[in-house]
Amino acid sequence: MEVISNHNWALTVGTFLPLVGVLIMLFIPKAEEALIKSVAIATAIATLAVGIYTMVQFDFGNAGAMQFVAEHDWISVIKSSYYIGIDGISLPLYLLSMVITVLVMIYSWDHVPSPGNPKAFFILMLILQTGMAGTFIARDLILFFVFFELVLLPMYFMIGVWGGENRQYASLKFFLYTMFGSALMLVAFLALFFKTGAESFSIPFLIEQGMNISRTTQIWIFAGMFVGFAVKVPMFPFHTWLPDAHTQAPTQGSVILAAVLLKLGTYGFVRIAIPVLPEAAKAWAPYIGGLAVIGIIYGSLGCLAQTDMKRLIAFSSVAHMGFVMLGISTLTSFGMNAAMFGMVAHGLITGMLFFVAGSVKERYHTLEIKRISGMLLQMPKLGWILGFCAMASLGLPGLAGFWGEFPAILSAYQPAPGLSVNVFRTYMVIAAIGTVFAAGYLLWLFQRIAFGEPAAEFAAGHGHDEDIHDVNKFEWIAWTPLLIAIVVFGVYPQLMFKVLDPAVGVTLKAFGG
Amino acid sequence: MLRTIATAAWSSPTIDYHALAPEMILGAGIVLLLLLDLFLSDSRKWILTPVASFTLLGAFLPVLTLALNNAGTRQMFDGRYVIDDFSLVMKGMFLLAGYVVVLLAADYIREGDYYQGEFWFLMLSSLMGMVMMASSRDLISIFVSLEFLSIPAYMLAAWRKRDSRSNEAGIKYYLLGVFASAIMLYGMSLLYGITNSTKLTEIGASLGSNLTSIRALAVFFVVIGFAFKISAVPFHTWAPDTYQGAPTPVTAFLSVASKAAGFVALVTVVYVGFPGSHAVWQPVFWILSAATMTLGNVMALKQTSIVRMLAYSSIAQGGFILMPLAVAGETGVAESALRAVVTYLIVYAATNLGVFAVVMVVARKTRSGEISSYGGLFSYAPGIATLMTIFMASLAGIPPFGGWFGKFAAFQSLVSAGTTWAYVLAIIGGVNSVVAFGYYGSILREMWMRPVPDGDTSPVSVKSSLAVALGITSLATLLLGVLPGIVIHFGDIAGLAGAFGR
Repeated sequence: MEVISNHNWALTVGTFLPLVGVLIMLFIPKAEEALIKSVAIATAIATLAVGIYTMVQFDFGNAGAMQFVAEHDWISVIKSSYYIGIDGISLPLYLLSMVITVLVMIYSWDHVPSPGNPKAFFILMLILQTGMAGTFIARDLILFFVFFELVLLPMYFMIGVWGGENRQYASLKFFLYTMFGSALMLVAFLALFFKTGAESFSIPFLIEQGMNISRTTQIWIFAGMFVGFAVKVPMFPFHTWLPDAHTQAPTQGSVILAAVLLKLGTYGFVRIAIPVLPEAAKAWAPYIGGLAVIGIIYGSLGCLAQTDMKRLIAFSSVAHMGFVMLGISTLTSFGMNAAMFGMVAHGLITGMLFFVAGSVKERYHTLEIKRISGMLLQMPKLGWILGFCAMASLGLPGLAGFWGEFPAILSAYQPAPGLSVNVFRTYMVIAAIGTVFAAGYLLWLFQRIAFGEPAAEFAAGHGHDEDIHDVNKFEWIAWTPLLIAIVVFGVYPQLMFKVLDPAVGVTLKAFGG
Repeated sequence: MLRTIATAAWSSPTIDYHALAPEMILGAGIVLLLLLDLFLSDSRKWILTPVASFTLLGAFLPVLTLALNNAGTRQMFDGRYVIDDFSLVMKGMFLLAGYVVVLLAADYIREGDYYQGEFWFLMLSSLMGMVMMASSRDLISIFVSLEFLSIPAYMLAAWRKRDSRSNEAGIKYYLLGVFASAIMLYGMSLLYGITNSTKLTEIGASLGSNLTSIRALAVFFVVIGFAFKISAVPFHTWAPDTYQGAPTPVTAFLSVASKAAGFVALVTVVYVGFPGSHAVWQPVFWILSAATMTLGNVMALKQTSIVRMLAYSSIAQGGFILMPLAVAGETGVAESALRAVVTYLIVYAATNLGVFAVVMVVARKTRSGEISSYGGLFSYAPGIATLMTIFMASLAGIPPFGGWFGKFAAFQSLVSAGTTWAYVLAIIGGVNSVVAFGYYGSILREMWMRPVPDGDTSPVSVKSSLAVALGITSLATLLLGVLPGIVIHFGDIAGLAGAFGR
């Protein structure tokens, strides 16, 4: 792939700028909280500015090709290099990670969760940003691995220090699951490296060479990667860490986790596992699709059974990521596009839902669904935002969620050549039933929380209502961009599809589709 | 026999003074320390500490010049004492690790009102043995080096004379160490009987790949002897008690330098002496490696004392270092296995010394060795807690800190062998590295997520020498993780691995 642009510093700066901010913040005394927050937010905004510059300079007519490519020696003895680049698949996720970080930080201005210490909290978010952005631009497996792992510790601390009552259990579970997955993933990467002649860890090189590996070996290597990525997505049956992590994490942690971290897994499938090992992908596709639809139904049923609002949203993530994985498992351009769109849409919508859940918790000091009611009367704006997000999440046409879900289901009608049509059509029917469930649990949630009279314990004048106020300034600043994006991508999905499609085409070259 | 020796024309061997300079500077420093200790009054004995550290840095200089000189392998005494890239890397590591241990021990020894002179003398003697070990290519010089490094270490472990724990540490270490030496000597005597030589290259050529049972037994005994030194399961039983009883700087020294010396000897013997006998040592290493990391990890999970936990962690890490050796005999793997061992040893040394520096800093404040005493450390000493987080993450193998690359190199070497056994061991290793986070993570949990146990949140004071030690080790840990190319450059050792090429 030819180098199109010579702005190849942009990605490096965009990825590592947050660490510069961290370095500055280390020298600011802990007591200077306002200064710390300002520096952190300024860093995040500067990073986003570099990201936007990247987007502006991005050649959209050539979105299938790698751009801003930079390649330098890194660990030459193991044939791994600092090799980065961005294409139509990476760009939306790369920017999403930057936008979410900025918004989460603005939200954190007056929402630093207990036990405080904004210095550490903001530093961890900046480190997370580097890890997330880096994963989306890495073109070398080892570099990818390092960035992929870089997000682990900051998220572990975010959940474990600033989380809810059961935070220590949740953070450890999150960590061990992910680490187990990445250990197997690393072994798979190494096996891939040696099976392709031990020449390079560069992904384009491996895509060329990978198809020469025998089918059986491919299937084994794919298995290792599958575990690593599936834990992160998370796919049924590797999902059990997610509800715990989400429920216990502070709002900011939940938002970042849902909006970006889960996508590292699906991105790994799209970028690495499937293009590098096409034969294995075909062999695995029916099973991935099967687990995906199990995830959809299981997640939905899980949602119906939840009594905690945040846990409900967490289970809905399992269901939504099921749609994404179903789209990917069809191995068609149509399905893959839907999956990529679904990833971004899920990031925006579920991120937003977790924001709302955090604000609800802050006002009522509980997320117990049956204790809360009549939100529309007490806080109409927050209530309607919740309603809007619920609609977006259940896939209402005209909002972003629709374009991730509906095409993913449709793509299962005609999977890639070589895959059993009957199996995938069965998946399609099951997934379609899943959308009905989704409408069910989301509307039911909205109805229980927002409709009716305010519960007696939170009604005005009962002593528990002092924190109950409508959406405040920082929340508006943090949420508006997300709400607008949900509408814009819902009304004009082409905006993203035209970036994604050429890159998806390149990725699926081996499948002729 | 005597007559032939007496009548043979004796010519003095040529001595390459540049190549021997590290040993000579160390030797001069050791003598100087003894003399100074004898003649200085007590009030001026503080001078011994700088003398010890400058001796180590002084001995490091010729290592550097030799490395930069790039004149290829230098051989002395009929090829029984060799200065090649491998030995230079390891010598450099021993000397720098020794320097950091001096930094750790400086205040500890002075405040404890112990015998400074002897302490430095013993430590430097032990280091001398290690430095010699890196160059020894002969059974006798290997054995002499091994005893040279071990005997002072036994005494150092029992340094706190009036503490029964420390005495126990020394005795246990001594008894099991001597037992191991005996087994090894028996193996060596068999080797000499079979091959009629003590020179490793000759032994290697003579043994070939023709394995009779007696040859296999000889190889087996020698390998087992070193397994004690590196505290591989089931020969690890001395380690926890010794580590816990010995003074903390000594524990740091044992768990890093002494263990590395064991690996250096093991690698030398196996690569140069037994290249054709891999049918014997590969399965031995496979079992030792799997058992060591699994048992070390499982035992570490239930420890409540930080030093005991670190002892089992050190055992488990030894299992990871052994991993590549279990496949080092497969075609084309020798070099990457050697590189993996060296890389891992260096990364582990940097990280583990840092851990012990933190342990000493914290112990000065909390006066406790329990893991629970780390509760809430982040709230009142964020800097120390962050450093400990870096070290723990490195030991657990989480990028971007040094440890990940050590583990990566080991896994890479394993997978490159491509045999079923290699994959099985890789998966055992993978699972173990997850289990290991159970206890490394417990320290993180204490520091970040638990309350301060006694409510004492006065700030922690860090002595300047400990601060320097923390600076060196944390910088090294970070640098090794982000730019591992720099260490692997030094670890690019064709010389020793070439023994397989024959």
